[in-house]
Amino acid sequence: MGEKFIGTAPIYYQIVERICSEIVRGGRKPGDKLPSVRELAVRYEVNPNTAKRVYMEMERMGIAEVRRGLGTFVTEDEKRLAELRERLQREKVETFIREMERMGFSPEEISEGLNRALQRRKTEGGTTNE
Amino acid sequence: MNDIIVRLEQVVKRFSGRTAPAEIGLELPRGEVIGVIGPNGAGKTTLLKLIAGLLYPDGGKVLVRGKPAARRRSSEVAYMPEKGGLYPFFTVTETVRYYRTVFADFDENKAREMLDYMQLDQQQTAGDLSRGERGRLKLVMALSRQVPLVLLDEPLAGLDPMIRKSILKGLITFIDLPRQTVLLSTHEVEEVEPVLDRVVALRGGKLVRADVLETIRCMHGENLVDWMEETFL
Repeated sequence: MGEKFIGTAPIYYQIVERICSEIVRGGRKPGDKLPSVRELAVRYEVNPNTAKRVYMEMERMGIAEVRRGLGTFVTEDEKRLAELRERLQREKVETFIREMERMGFSPEEISEGLNRALQRRKTEGGTTNE
Repeated sequence: MNDIIVRLEQVVKRFSGRTAPAEIGLELPRGEVIGVIGPNGAGKTTLLKLIAGLLYPDGGKVLVRGKPAARRRSSEVAYMPEKGGLYPFFTVTETVRYYRTVFADFDENKAREMLDYMQLDQQQTAGDLSRGERGRLKLVMALSRQVPLVLLDEPLAGLDPMIRKSILKGLITFIDLPRQTVLLSTHEVEEVEPVLDRVVALRGGKLVRADVLETIRCMHGENLVDWMEETFL
């Protein structure tokens, strides 16, 4: 509840990203009903106009479908969802690479460092911290 | 969505002992939550009172839904002052009853629902309520009016963070968009940012800037606090 909005990205877009990552993680399945505009507004403590914009954007992206009188649902278009997963992965990896490059790491060092960290995770038996 | 609910045309308001402020021109669309921000003495309360028809401009026009603002148009505008707005000798229940008698548009069911949500003891008198409880009661009274324009003067001033949060949450939960437009003045810029559609910045009786929040974030690449610093410094 009441998550903070960081930086300067539009608030509606930050909420879109959070819902997208819930979908990719499997927390919301294809065909699941999404919260109503009002519920979404209260949950993120934003104005209902902003919440409405979240769904408009998700609909434009082809990730959500508004069914008149029923509400908004996660799309059942598996191809779209696969694309979303792909896109989110690409964006996160690119952000990581950009930050590493800014600190002067070479592509070899980045890849080596990443592999080592993944290897360490595997041997320690931990997957994620969630 | 895009029609204008409030329009100020070359408005001038003079106060004795002060230099005449510049003319203010402003258009506010219907169905939004709009924040009026600025330092003390910027003219936030004056702006709200002009729109409520409680003050008259010395020059220019203040139009609400296309017609001049006036006190007798209180059936279209709910104004909640920073101080007052409640009778201390009325209990919460009596306050609701009083509002219902005075304002034909008062939605008693909505008021009851909001009072439950805000967890207010209905038997207590307004005078015995804590400052935070009074703040919540005022929001209930203002939003329960089925009017196109709701003006809240400093609804968060002097309240602790938890109460401010509950008031903002109450606003989000119960505002009837796009039928209600809310104009609120505040200092609590950071807290109020996620709740606003638009910001009007005033200083020394002048309109400094007015912008849509997502424009501030997208175009200027700043959040509201940055924007304010840039606007006021």
